[in-house]
Amino acid sequence: MENFSGQLINLFAALLLLISFGMLSQRRVLSLINLFALQGLMLTISTVIVAYSSHQHHLYYSAALTLVLKVIILPWILHRLMRKLNVKWDIETLFNIPTTMLVGIALVVFAFNLAAPISMMGGAITKSTLGIAMASVLLSFLMMITRSKAVPQVIGFLAMENGLFFAATSATYGMPMVVELGIALDVLVGMFILGIFFFQIRETFDSLDLKHMEKLKED
Amino acid sequence: MIFASTLLPIDVTFGVIVYWLLLGLAGLLLQNTRAITQYIFPAGALGALILAAAALGSLGGAVNVAVLPLGLPDLPFHLRLDALSAFFLLLLGAASIGISLYSAGYFRDMPGNTLGLLCFEYHVFLASMALVLMADDAYMFMVAWETMALSSYFLVTTDHKVPEIRQAGFIYLLVAHVGAIAILMCFGVMQGGHGDYTFATMRSAHLTEFWSSVTFLLALFGFGAKAGILPLHIWLPEAHPAAPSPVSALMSGIMLKTAIYGILRVSLDLLDAHIWWWGVLALTLGLITALFGVIFAAVQTDMKRLLAYSSIENIGIILVGIGLALTFHAFEKDALAALALTATLYHALNHAFMKGLLFIGTGSVLHATGERNLGKLGGLIHHMPKLALLMLVGALAIAGLPPLNGFVSEWLLLQAFLLSPGLPHSYLNMLIPVAAAALVLASALSGYVMVKFYGVIFLGQPREKTLHEAHDIGIFERLGLTWLALGCILLGVFPVFVILLIDPVTQMLLGQTLGSTAAQTGWLLLTPIQPERASYSPLILFLIIVVGVIFTIFLVKKFYHGRLRRGPAWDCGFPEQTARMQDTAEGFGQPIRQIFEPFLGVTRIVPSPFDKKPHYHGESRDRLWNLLYLPIARVTEKISVMVGKLQHGRIHVYLLYSFVTLLALLAFIR
Repeated sequence: MENFSGQLINLFAALLLLISFGMLSQRRVLSLINLFALQGLMLTISTVIVAYSSHQHHLYYSAALTLVLKVIILPWILHRLMRKLNVKWDIETLFNIPTTMLVGIALVVFAFNLAAPISMMGGAITKSTLGIAMASVLLSFLMMITRSKAVPQVIGFLAMENGLFFAATSATYGMPMVVELGIALDVLVGMFILGIFFFQIRETFDSLDLKHMEKLKED
Repeated sequence: MIFASTLLPIDVTFGVIVYWLLLGLAGLLLQNTRAITQYIFPAGALGALILAAAALGSLGGAVNVAVLPLGLPDLPFHLRLDALSAFFLLLLGAASIGISLYSAGYFRDMPGNTLGLLCFEYHVFLASMALVLMADDAYMFMVAWETMALSSYFLVTTDHKVPEIRQAGFIYLLVAHVGAIAILMCFGVMQGGHGDYTFATMRSAHLTEFWSSVTFLLALFGFGAKAGILPLHIWLPEAHPAAPSPVSALMSGIMLKTAIYGILRVSLDLLDAHIWWWGVLALTLGLITALFGVIFAAVQTDMKRLLAYSSIENIGIILVGIGLALTFHAFEKDALAALALTATLYHALNHAFMKGLLFIGTGSVLHATGERNLGKLGGLIHHMPKLALLMLVGALAIAGLPPLNGFVSEWLLLQAFLLSPGLPHSYLNMLIPVAAAALVLASALSGYVMVKFYGVIFLGQPREKTLHEAHDIGIFERLGLTWLALGCILLGVFPVFVILLIDPVTQMLLGQTLGSTAAQTGWLLLTPIQPERASYSPLILFLIIVVGVIFTIFLVKKFYHGRLRRGPAWDCGFPEQTARMQDTAEGFGQPIRQIFEPFLGVTRIVPSPFDKKPHYHGESRDRLWNLLYLPIARVTEKISVMVGKLQHGRIHVYLLYSFVTLLALLAFIR
């Protein structure tokens, strides 16, 4: 049983990483939101499995929180935003997807290398997934760097939070509940504020492309 | 009376701090000019009186310690009231009684909302100075120190709509923060790796000679920035004229002394090593500062700027005393060190009174005439006789004339100098008489400066017509000025009692006192070392002066007045003489400007003889601006342009910066 759930966690962790790569190369913003919701779902399932196999009851609450917040509310808000901003069919021009993917692979190698000594110390059932968690954090960060539109950048930011959450679950069976609630609230409030910013940015520059913000530089 | 028996002096002094903060808040909430000037400022003066009394009571008593339940978790605030703190608290309380009373009169025309804010900042400033003096750990000290800097910054920029005042405030804030960084580093070194920042740990940490010296240099730099030691003096002549007069009086009279307190606390109390060149360094810096200050004071034409330079001079003299005490202490001549330290503390106390008096006096002149420029004042003794009399006391005191207080401390300091040929260091023995001569030069020049200051403002004929409408001072202003003037007289006439007050401090820092020798021939006669060497009786001198003056007046009235007649002056070929033909501040300072021209950056515009509307302009600038500060500013600007290149305005590049930093840190940690 122990071994089986370990395998399951690894499977979902691998799917998480795969979705991160998918997000890195996805050009349609709408599909990006769906991928983000899917990533949240993977996170929820793997948290439930960890909770079940390690008998950590508070992890069930975390999983429920993740499900509500990251699979339902945030994607819904993002969809609504896309409709209101009228950018539903936006397609982003990305520079050279294969290069980005290669950089991403290098990052994964780096993350695994980094996580190796930490995983050796930990005795948790999830120890092998720490590398994946860190890789997905770095990949989300990379995604924020390569995107030029505002909405995908925010999705990158949220995905990074997913990776951090996964890292916490896999390294130490999750953070204390208070911290988790706090982070969840932060993400939600951050989302609202960024939503307001989207409208402001569009009003100022007639576009959500962040390269227009270069004009704000002081010479 | 259970309550009284458990009430320690430290409770009283801390109570006064809380009381001041509450008064400040009340002022902020009331915003009513009448209420603030008539009740809150006098109430603040009452608090100062209680503070001074408590400090006086605890001098020579047991050391009080308290831990406040404030601060960060596991990092509470420690307070301590020992002799050194008590002496400086006495200085703070005694001088601020006069200044607070004066403020009650001075600010009567200020609009309520501005005054409410000012009243808040003023009392926070007072409270934070008291906290600096009572702090017993580096954390509390820095919090209080920064509060002091910030509250005084806002006080300086009270009139923030004037661009020059904003600029002056900025310079002040900049220098204050550079100094605060040095002080922070000084405490960091001094805790000696214990990670505990209480002063008790620092006292017991035995640093090596090298680290002790580093600490001392950092402290000298950091506190020197606040005190105005050369070359960190630049903020003083800018900030003092910008601030309202009572604030200038607080800053010059008291705040500069907190820096002196800091130097003494670090060098004589917290550090246990004592190396002779520290003292020589302080002595040299002090002499240069004193001479610089007095020469620049002699060529100023703005009365508050003149007083600011005079403050630099006095800080220099105090630093000379500290240097001398440190040198003697390093050579284990503690009796002489006690003499030098006594002179230093005495001078600090004196300066608080006399500079406070002069600064608030200039406030009254400013209030009555609206003029700060010496070239447009004159003859005020006819219109403001009470102010003129009180200011005369301050001017005589700061010029170092007996029987007033300035003389006593400078005389004691010179005694300490003259006794130095016992040092086991031949170069020092040769150099110290030179230093003594330089000190005498500085005090003589300060007499010159005060003749100029007093003569140009009060004597002669009014140089402008508007001066005829100048009104004399009100009741609160007169009370404040009288308090400080009385202080100047009493401190000068009863030096033995003052020395007995200073004794606990020298006992604590050096293990030696001066009181028993000073009073060996009775309280009437001050004898620093032996009666056959030198002694001074201010009271007898005072009586002789008074009798002499009365006798002269009597003689003049009796024999000369009968033949007095007023006639037109010999007009020297100028049929029309105006008041503007009197000797001016510039004219009076001209010899000094000629002699020291290489040190002063003098710019003068002299009109041609055929000019129909001749216009003369002369200005003496501080050369250190061009030689030291402008290069620093240029280098800073260059570096910031280079740093500015990092700013692309592209969000991706910013993200890339943090990404690369993250990766580098992760790789580094691994």
